[in-house]
Amino acid sequence: MRQIGEWFDRRLQLAAPIRDAAEHPVPRNTASWWYVFGSAALTVFLLQLVTGILLALIYVPSASEAWSSLQALNHDVTLGWFIRALHGWGSNFMVAIVLIHMVQVFLFGAHKFPRELTWIIGVFLLLMTLGMAFSGQVLRFDQDAYWGLGIGASIASRVPVLGPAIVKLMLGGPIIAGATLSRFFALHVFVIPGMLIGFVCLHLLMVLKLGINEWPMPGRLVKRSTYVTEYHELTKKEGAPFVPYAIWKDLFFAAFILLAVAGCALYFGPFGPTGRPDPTIIQTVPKPDYFFLWLYALLSLLPPSLETPALLIGPVLAIIGLLLLPFLSGEGEKSWRRRPIAVLTVLLTAITLGTFTHLAGFTPWSPHMNAWSGDPVPERFVHGATALQRQGALVFQAKQCRNCHSLSELGGQRGPALDSVAVRLTQDQLIRQVIQGGGNMPAYGKNLSPAETTALVAFLATLHPAGQAPARDAARDLVLKESGTRP
Amino acid sequence: MSNENMLSRRGLFMKVGMLFNGLVATALALPIVRFLFSSVTRGHGNGYFSWVSLGRISEFPEGETRLATFRNPYVMPTDGKTVDTACWVRRIEGDQFQVFAVNCAHLGCPVRWFPQSGLFMCPCHGGAYYRDGSRASGPPERGLFEYPHKVENGLVTIQAGELPTPGLSAALTGKKPPCAG
Repeated sequence: MRQIGEWFDRRLQLAAPIRDAAEHPVPRNTASWWYVFGSAALTVFLLQLVTGILLALIYVPSASEAWSSLQALNHDVTLGWFIRALHGWGSNFMVAIVLIHMVQVFLFGAHKFPRELTWIIGVFLLLMTLGMAFSGQVLRFDQDAYWGLGIGASIASRVPVLGPAIVKLMLGGPIIAGATLSRFFALHVFVIPGMLIGFVCLHLLMVLKLGINEWPMPGRLVKRSTYVTEYHELTKKEGAPFVPYAIWKDLFFAAFILLAVAGCALYFGPFGPTGRPDPTIIQTVPKPDYFFLWLYALLSLLPPSLETPALLIGPVLAIIGLLLLPFLSGEGEKSWRRRPIAVLTVLLTAITLGTFTHLAGFTPWSPHMNAWSGDPVPERFVHGATALQRQGALVFQAKQCRNCHSLSELGGQRGPALDSVAVRLTQDQLIRQVIQGGGNMPAYGKNLSPAETTALVAFLATLHPAGQAPARDAARDLVLKESGTRP
Repeated sequence: MSNENMLSRRGLFMKVGMLFNGLVATALALPIVRFLFSSVTRGHGNGYFSWVSLGRISEFPEGETRLATFRNPYVMPTDGKTVDTACWVRRIEGDQFQVFAVNCAHLGCPVRWFPQSGLFMCPCHGGAYYRDGSRASGPPERGLFEYPHKVENGLVTIQAGELPTPGLSAALTGKKPPCAG
């Protein structure tokens, strides 16, 4: 056995460099549970490579076959559903772990001198991971994928001058069709993974060459002139070989993450595919995958005039900011205990993304597309009402007001709830609002007869809490009094 | 001959070799780039647009808006169902029509027609449009995309071929709807 090993090593000459890499000294306190996310990301990436290749054994990257081949994977091929689930959950875990890794690196000041390039390559790795997540969603060629591509094309088309050309390049033709799926397959399976493998190797090489970031001590400042010497003294004085001193935590965490992915895959199963990607089926509510939900929410809430600039300039600024970070703060304090702005930035970003993701879960900005037939006006609102008011309640239901407005918390949240609208608006204001719209409400003037409007407003004017009077126009009372008619 | 001259002779060979490779690479790059951008350049040349029929005029009652489907004129063998496209046909009266793309002018999700409230509504980000396609509310910056159409021999035909997107809108209709901007 030993002789065979020596035979190979005489030709490969890899044993010595591998031993050096494994036993390179790391600062003792970096053998911490905080330092396991990088290796965990690599582990999940390897899982994605393996499960991806397995899926490619069955999957057909053709617009006419892809959906059926996924159905076959889910239902016909032995354990096909499990491999799909592993790949899908692996993708979610990978994005999450890469983000956690990035936050940890940032909070521990590991992006500072001399590890600037490691950080920059890390930023590209993050972008490629997100690119894999998006292109992977496209390969799950279902309704969400189809309309998601449409959203991507609509965003790309807004680029000044080049927009239409970019759309055709992205779609591989004039519409979302076979060529679109094929090129996203090429991106997801060849181009991006190839770049990922190359960049991961560079990233790892630099961690080995420059050494792992030492545990940040408040008050121990990074200076370009002295840092490298200080780091070498640190590893010489209190260093320990990476293997086995630190690696056991990486191994434990990697196994734990793989187990977690497998657990999710087993319990929750694979993602989709949702409906067949048939553009003539328009009864669909497309939604992006989890990690793009925040963007979905943001696109609903931005004012129209801000949207194009925010879409086109925002990501560019964010990426430039991330790339410039190690140059803007390449020296000084590493510990997050002494970097309040860094901590606040992370918290603010996390809370913002979290809030948008949460909102995208129940989309208060979308009309309820089936409220008109599903939700009759609750009985208590028409109890004891006049004939005219009841007629108004009918108009309210038939004209689908509850697509956007709720009564008794049933109905859309696009517009305000109308349970107490009569307290806020006088009858005249109600008429004006219904006929002319405004404040994000369409005008219904052309779609309601005068009789319908009168009845509707008569009903709306009854919507106020029992002990609270409806809104009244004070000037109207005055005019009526002066002209001698009692109000 | 000195050593220096010998070196420069080898150096020259290397440079000629590099130049040779550069020439071959350029010659190969040309077809590669043309292939890569063929979907873009074709749009400028003979284009993707052509006239397609949506059906007989009698299928569209006056004063109503109906969903119609058509097969995209540019088809590749692996396209499957994706070349079947839907559009909203509004027959105002007689030969007067409006044909809207189902794609929301905001980000392209499929809008649905609600005859009772007389609105097109989008399920994604809450865009709404009036029956004539003009913007009613929500994030869209303009009205629905309209296909150029004509009525010939009792058939309603539209000029279609490209996915309507906000950036392509000018090319699609040549005019802005009244509520745009």
